[in-house]
Amino acid sequence: MSDIAFWVIVGITVGSAFMVVQSKSLLYSAYALLFTFIGVTGLYIFLWADFLAVVQVVVYVGGILVLIIFGIMLTNKITSVNISHTSMQKSMGAIVVIAFIGLLGFMILSTPWLVLPNAEPSDTTSAIGRLLLIDYLLPFEAVSLLLLGALIGATTLSRKDS
Amino acid sequence: MDSLVNYLLVSSILFSLGLYGVVTRRNGVAVLMSIELILNAANINFLAFARFGGMNMTGHIYALFVIVLAAAEAAVALAIIINIFNNFNTINIDDVSELKQ
Amino acid sequence: MMSGNIITDFSLLILFLPLVAFIINIIFGKRLPRQGDWVSIGAILITLILSLSLLMNMLMNWDSDFSHEAVISWIDLGAFKINLGFFVDNITVVMLVVVSLISSMTHIFSLEYMKGDIRYNRYYAYLGLFTFSMNGIVLANNVMSLYIFWELVGVSSYLLIGHWFEKHSAADASKKAFLTNRVGDIGFFIGIMIMFTAIGSFNFQDLFKGVSEGLVAGSLLTFAGLGLFMGAVGKSSQFPLHIWLPDAMEGPTPVSALMHAATMVAAGVYLTVRLFPLFSPEALTVIAYVGGFTALFAATIAITQNDIKKVLAYSTVSQLGYMILAVGVGNYIAAFFHLLTHAMFKACLFYGSGSVIHSMHHSLHELKDHDTDPQDMRNMGGFKSKMPLTHWTMLIATLAISGVPLFSGFLSKDAILAGTLAFAQQYPQHFLLPIFGFGAAAITAFYMFRLIFMTFYGKPKMKKVFKGIHESPRVMTFPLVLLAGLSFFIFYTLPYFNPFSDHGWFTELIKASDSAVPGNPSAKEIYQGVHHAHYTAMALSLLVAALGIGLSYLMYIKEKFSAEACARRMGFFYKLSLNKYFFDENYNRFLYQPFLKLSRVVAYVDWDLYDKYFINGFGHVTKFLSKVTGRLDYEGLDQTLVDGVGSRTQWFGEKLKQVQTGRLQNYMLFALIGVILILVYQAV
Repeated sequence: MSDIAFWVIVGITVGSAFMVVQSKSLLYSAYALLFTFIGVTGLYIFLWADFLAVVQVVVYVGGILVLIIFGIMLTNKITSVNISHTSMQKSMGAIVVIAFIGLLGFMILSTPWLVLPNAEPSDTTSAIGRLLLIDYLLPFEAVSLLLLGALIGATTLSRKDS
Repeated sequence: MDSLVNYLLVSSILFSLGLYGVVTRRNGVAVLMSIELILNAANINFLAFARFGGMNMTGHIYALFVIVLAAAEAAVALAIIINIFNNFNTINIDDVSELKQ
Repeated sequence: MMSGNIITDFSLLILFLPLVAFIINIIFGKRLPRQGDWVSIGAILITLILSLSLLMNMLMNWDSDFSHEAVISWIDLGAFKINLGFFVDNITVVMLVVVSLISSMTHIFSLEYMKGDIRYNRYYAYLGLFTFSMNGIVLANNVMSLYIFWELVGVSSYLLIGHWFEKHSAADASKKAFLTNRVGDIGFFIGIMIMFTAIGSFNFQDLFKGVSEGLVAGSLLTFAGLGLFMGAVGKSSQFPLHIWLPDAMEGPTPVSALMHAATMVAAGVYLTVRLFPLFSPEALTVIAYVGGFTALFAATIAITQNDIKKVLAYSTVSQLGYMILAVGVGNYIAAFFHLLTHAMFKACLFYGSGSVIHSMHHSLHELKDHDTDPQDMRNMGGFKSKMPLTHWTMLIATLAISGVPLFSGFLSKDAILAGTLAFAQQYPQHFLLPIFGFGAAAITAFYMFRLIFMTFYGKPKMKKVFKGIHESPRVMTFPLVLLAGLSFFIFYTLPYFNPFSDHGWFTELIKASDSAVPGNPSAKEIYQGVHHAHYTAMALSLLVAALGIGLSYLMYIKEKFSAEACARRMGFFYKLSLNKYFFDENYNRFLYQPFLKLSRVVAYVDWDLYDKYFINGFGHVTKFLSKVTGRLDYEGLDQTLVDGVGSRTQWFGEKLKQVQTGRLQNYMLFALIGVILILVYQAV
């Protein structure tokens, strides 16, 4: 039962991701990205990362995706939406990417992964919280600085020159 | 069927697709979206290794930070793109290139 | 008794002193006082003294087998050796004395005869060169150095005959002499080379040994012998190469005396005497006939000649024929004896004629007469009263040449004629040879006395000229007296006094050696045959001499027979004789002109055909080739390769430029490809 669910979610994720990169229309890509994010969330849940699943939905879908759609709408050209692709780049890219997948796949499948036994935790939130404030305090603070910087930068960038 | 290998394969596919999108797409926003795909794939990787590595929570922390960074980066990137659009009147990244020979 | 070393030293001095005189006179002659004649005279007198001392030594030793050889190595390549050196034996000594004596007489005689000549110093220089060359022939111990000196003698002859080369006739005569000699020398050289190839040495002794061992035999030996004899035919003016000697009379008379009477022409005889052991019986027979025929034939020309020197020239040819004849019949010692006596009296005769001509010149010069020929006997006559010394000396020499007893010529001619009789007795089929010999003797007596009678007796033909005739100065008459004195028998029969014997220092000391060719009679056999025929020959020669003298006396003194009437009656023969049987004309028509025509044809082929087409064609081909290579170089090399490299690089650059698209995504793609490659490399 969970296998089917797993594979369905994988299918949604991959299919949407494919749509993201393939679609000629930007808006369709954005909607596909939505479904990708939701699929990834599903995968998170399978991976017992409940807190991160929620964070994913909230931040990615609620924040980043909205931002992207805003960007699309703000940069939409009325006249031409069709954007030309050069075939050489596409075909070359396809070949390279397929090679890349092949390489990675080969690598993944041939490596003897060390799998440690584990037990499903009750929740991860507290664990994460604890780690954040004890082991990873410094990165935590640094990230806050980064966010501040990003905030200031974005604001500066979108300021209209007077 | 949720072995480590499956998750890794999924993440690699996502990663490659994102890569394809970065390399191929003309539209700047589309490139940004592909970058998000790549970041997500990395996250899946982290969490998979976290889970199958004895429920190591370090992976979760990393994934959390990635998400944060992705958000910050998306914001800044979009600001830049909007600026580009205002300047060049197009976000076809081919046309905004001034490095061209 | 002289040691071998002294003999070698004397020989070296004898050989090289005249050469030194030649060099000094040629280079410095004009600047020396008296134009350097004293240099030459000094050299030749010293040479004479040295030769006489060698003669003294020979007489004191009284050794008929004496010989001395001094050798130096000329070429030594191990397997191939040529040695040069001197070979001195009694024959050599006698020859040296002859050459030195006559040469010194010529030097002295020329003091007066050539006085005031424009090329005085050169004349004396060339005399020295000639003496050097002639002595070289005499002293040589091998045919190669003999050949070298042989050629040098020819050169000296050329230079001296053509002394007055502004005269066309003299220039032509000298050329003719040299070229005719060369024709003979071709045969000579072939003969030398055949011998060398078969035996491997040029040395006389080696050649004799080789022939006696049979290394050269049969027809090859005869052929080689005849080749060697050809040299003598050329040099000694035998038929058919006799044409040059009469023309050589264009040279000064002392030169004629030295070269064309006494020494150079005698070189041919000397050669056959030296090489006698090499001749096969067949070769000797040919030699005998050539000599005998020449003797008779030249005599028949001499009887009609009017130029005094031409008479003497043909007489020389005839006497040389005698000597060759003697060699041919085997009695080669007699030939050498005649060479010796002939040198003395013929030189005396030439000097005498020189004296007469000199006197005639002066007389004509005073009369401002430049048309009369001073050498034509028809302009002379009755000179006996005006030139007594010349007359008496010439008369003595003429008696000698005619073979009158009490004179030297009688002894030597007698020996030759005895040889021919002995030969004919042994081989009756060769009866012609004695006929040649005795016939020539009769005719010789006739024309020699004709010369004397026409010049010195009778009435002078040109009274005005006759008035200016006078005796020559002592410088010229001294040689005459000396040589006339040497024409008496006594000098040759010492220590005996019998004028009819064939004993004397000469015959005792100069002994014949056996022929090296098997099949030839030995020297002893020849001697015995000669001895047998001795008295017969003597009687016969007296008879023919008397005949000739008598006839001449009748014709020219008593004028019982008119010479002109005879000439008219025998018109055809007279014309033949006077024109020397038209030899020169026929040679010209059948030899010279065709050859010149051939030369012209060859010249045309070379110049007009070969040079124009072949050589020029070569030039055209080269020009064409250079054009092609030029094109190859410029278009092919320069433009294609050199420029091509540049343009290829440019094209490459253009293409490579396109990598810089300026598109970020391209760069990314490339980076991705790079990563993949690295990963693949790591995996593999």
